[in-house]
Amino acid sequence: MKIRIVPFARIREIVGAATLERVIPDGASAAALFEVLAREFPPLAELARSTRFVRGGAFVAADAELRDGDELGLLPPFGGG
Amino acid sequence: MRCDILETPLDLEPLIAAVRGPERGALVTFVGYVRERADDGRLVEGLSYEAHRDLALAEMRAIGAEVAAKFEGALIAISHRTGALGLGEAAVAIAAASAHRAAAFDACEYAIDELKKRVPIWKKEHYLGGGGRWRENE
Repeated sequence: MKIRIVPFARIREIVGAATLERVIPDGASAAALFEVLAREFPPLAELARSTRFVRGGAFVAADAELRDGDELGLLPPFGGG
Repeated sequence: MRCDILETPLDLEPLIAAVRGPERGALVTFVGYVRERADDGRLVEGLSYEAHRDLALAEMRAIGAEVAAKFEGALIAISHRTGALGLGEAAVAIAAASAHRAAAFDACEYAIDELKKRVPIWKKEHYLGGGGRWRENE
């Protein structure tokens, strides 16, 4: 299945793109997709536990199963204020 | 509840106007400004902020609803800046109003504490002489 990835802030700088598309096995979770990216971009590994995921305008759990065509936002730890 | 994410300089007055009213006798404001030194002592030239806009506004509204439930119906308004900010510019502004001062102070403190924890906004420090670093809240 194909997933469109929208990385924010530090994650966007690490991957060097505002959006990415990756094909991953059917039924893979948000966390599994992150692992795939972290193999491609090793500096992401240290953000594996702290990154939060957004789909359809709402936070989703790391173990949420992705669906073909999903757009997944990758949000590193926040720094507002 | 009024909340905005703005690319332009923040103004406290519209936030005050949004929360004051005949039933609210106390009003507290908080403004966070760009400081010249980072927590590690390095001199800062400026900050840049970015947000996940839709989610950030939704989370601010959720904080507003919690404030009303927790602090005697207190009403808050929040503005957060995005883009490039120089020293002394306001990054965040909050106004909180309630019938009495204790709830207004508590509401304002709760709002900024929860914003820093929960609202998807990111800050990068740009150091004098070059270099930069994304800074995470505790």
